[in-house]
Amino acid sequence: MAKIEFRNVVKRFGAVEVIPDLNLVIEDGEFVALLGPSGCGKSTSLFMLAGIYVPSGGELLFDGHVVNEVETRDRNVGVVFQSYALYPHMSVRDNILFPLRFKKTPRDEALARVTAAADLVRVAELLDRRPSELSGGQQQRVALARALVKEPQLLLLDEPLSNLDASLRLSMRTEIKSLHAQLGVTTVLVTHDQIEATTMADRIICMRAGRIEQVGTPDDLYLRPSSLFVAGFIGSPPINLVAGEAEDGMVTVNGARFPVEGASGSLTVGLRPEHLRIGDTGFAGRIAQIEPMGREILYVVETGMGAVRVLEQGSSAGHSTGEQVKIGFLSENSLVFETERQKLIAGAHVREPV
Amino acid sequence: MTTIADELTIERRGHAGSVARRRTNFVIFLGPAIILTVLFFVVPVVIDVAVSFTDLSRSLRISEFTTEQYEKVFRTDRRLSQVIGLTFIYVFGTLAIFNVTFGLILAVATTAIRNASGSFFRGVWLLPRMSPSVLYILLWLWAVSPTEAGLINQVLMQAFGLDAPLDLLTSAPIALIIISNGFIGASMGMIIFTAAIRSIPEHLYHAAAVDGAGTFAKIRFITLPALRWPISFVTIYQTLSLLVSFEYILLLTKGGPFYDTTVYALYVYRRAFESGQYGYGAALALFLIVIGVVVALLGWRFFDMERLLQRPRIEVH
Ligand SMILES: Nc1ncnc2c1ncn2[C@@H]1O[C@H](COP(=O)(O)OP(=O)(O)OP(=O)(O)O)[C@@H](O)[C@H]1O
Ligand SMILES: [Mg+2]
Repeated sequence: MAKIEFRNVVKRFGAVEVIPDLNLVIEDGEFVALLGPSGCGKSTSLFMLAGIYVPSGGELLFDGHVVNEVETRDRNVGVVFQSYALYPHMSVRDNILFPLRFKKTPRDEALARVTAAADLVRVAELLDRRPSELSGGQQQRVALARALVKEPQLLLLDEPLSNLDASLRLSMRTEIKSLHAQLGVTTVLVTHDQIEATTMADRIICMRAGRIEQVGTPDDLYLRPSSLFVAGFIGSPPINLVAGEAEDGMVTVNGARFPVEGASGSLTVGLRPEHLRIGDTGFAGRIAQIEPMGREILYVVETGMGAVRVLEQGSSAGHSTGEQVKIGFLSENSLVFETERQKLIAGAHVREPV
Repeated sequence: MTTIADELTIERRGHAGSVARRRTNFVIFLGPAIILTVLFFVVPVVIDVAVSFTDLSRSLRISEFTTEQYEKVFRTDRRLSQVIGLTFIYVFGTLAIFNVTFGLILAVATTAIRNASGSFFRGVWLLPRMSPSVLYILLWLWAVSPTEAGLINQVLMQAFGLDAPLDLLTSAPIALIIISNGFIGASMGMIIFTAAIRSIPEHLYHAAAVDGAGTFAKIRFITLPALRWPISFVTIYQTLSLLVSFEYILLLTKGGPFYDTTVYALYVYRRAFESGQYGYGAALALFLIVIGVVVALLGWRFFDMERLLQRPRIEVH
């Protein structure tokens, strides 16, 4: 188990600076998620942890020791690659056994550990197959067993669930999480799927273009997103963001006007669809579209400030397309950002128009 | 009980017009290969067989049909066993030292270093293959010239203080034909192995590094297994081409001194075109074809090539 620290880490590929200045501490035994859109440097950061990439600047520490120059094989990390990277010409058994070959583990003990690891991820009956004879989910589990068999001090998962179908993804999410609880190994999960990050990780590191936007618990990121980017990235369906001008305690957004507290100037108002409700108070609009989502219904409502998404509980729609409605919300659920700097204004809220 | 596959086949067969379509596809896809095989393999073999049963010689007149040539091959030609032994040494030596092993080393080494230097070295090793055989052998003749002007002699005499020039063409002719052929032959393996190494996904090397493998372990457990098919292919292909090609030997040593470097193919040539025994040459050539086919089949079995064959990417019915 290890405590990880990035200190002013820089990574360049030739002239391209992919990671300008990364500072981050991951506690021993923690499960963190690196979350961000494609190309933001998640895999690059992970590969630096694995030792596959050497940082161009700054320091990377494991348990207080600088490991910048420590070779991959001396780091004792387990990695599940996005493509799984199973050795195609070896049986599943030999794949899982491979890391132990280089640890000079006695053969009997090694085989026992392979069996144990295979049991853990439930691939025991597949040991004699080749990777090409496995389904995506099975390959993923074998990759996980190979990463775990050497009892790594750090487990790195690069988008391990992205190739799986929806139901398998759900069960693997639970399995990885319970494995982590069972083994307690420091784990870094890379993902661009916010649901994966929020459901599995203790802490989420939200990245954008090589920089950390926000670090926090899933709740922090959801309830107090520090920037417009995080607010827009976390939450599904995505938050409603509308820009307006505030003056004398009132913000004007297109045609709509709200009372605003604690902010003025150019603002962006954020209202999550699940915090809006259709009722007797609030701003007026016309239902343009209805999308049933199983247990919830998503309404797209045309209002004075543009199209607004409203998520309501229930499996059958209580309203119909074309209906004139009012949309209300609780003031404490509203978010207000500075449009210019894209930052959250802490403590600022808007209220329903009266 | 029929399986789903059977049912599918039956269904397919049942469709009207599918038989005609199959015939067309057969002609389109296999036609060209069949024509070429007939024209350049079957026809020459038939002619060769015909000639081998005659007494065709320098006079270019056939006076009788006879099995006398085959009696010579199997009974009276005492030089043949020496020729076959030499051919084995030549083919096996060139293959084992250069075409496969050295080609493999070149490929592994030039893909492990910087791309620019790697390409440069591969380019250097390709040069002899791109130059005309005669020019290449002329350079060799200069290099091994038994006078003081020969390259090797210059080096040995000036740098290592050798007294008298060596005559390598007389003292080490077999080594010379193996080396001169191998320097060229290695480049084919090099290119095929390089392409195969390039197509190994990089993540496998990352995974191996994570699992604790060093450079040699990566080569042994990732690179070499991925080269099984190319190695088998190069081995079989080069065995066959070494068996039948003799132009470098002819140019370098003319098969000599005496018959010391006369490999089988060159022996056929010398019999037929130097001694004018066309009928005997034809019989010997037929024997070579048989050897070639047997070697190819043995190689196919030995390397289990069938299992390595990939399923067609496009299925044509
Ligand atoms: N070897 C490389 N050479 C040059 N640029 C690279 C290299 N590897 C990555 N990059 C660049 O660095 C940036 C970050 O890449 P990275 O693979 O870390 O993204 P990511 O966040 O993992 O994205 P994804 O979710 O698509 O996997 C990208 O813009 C990419 O083009
Ligand atoms: Mg990635």
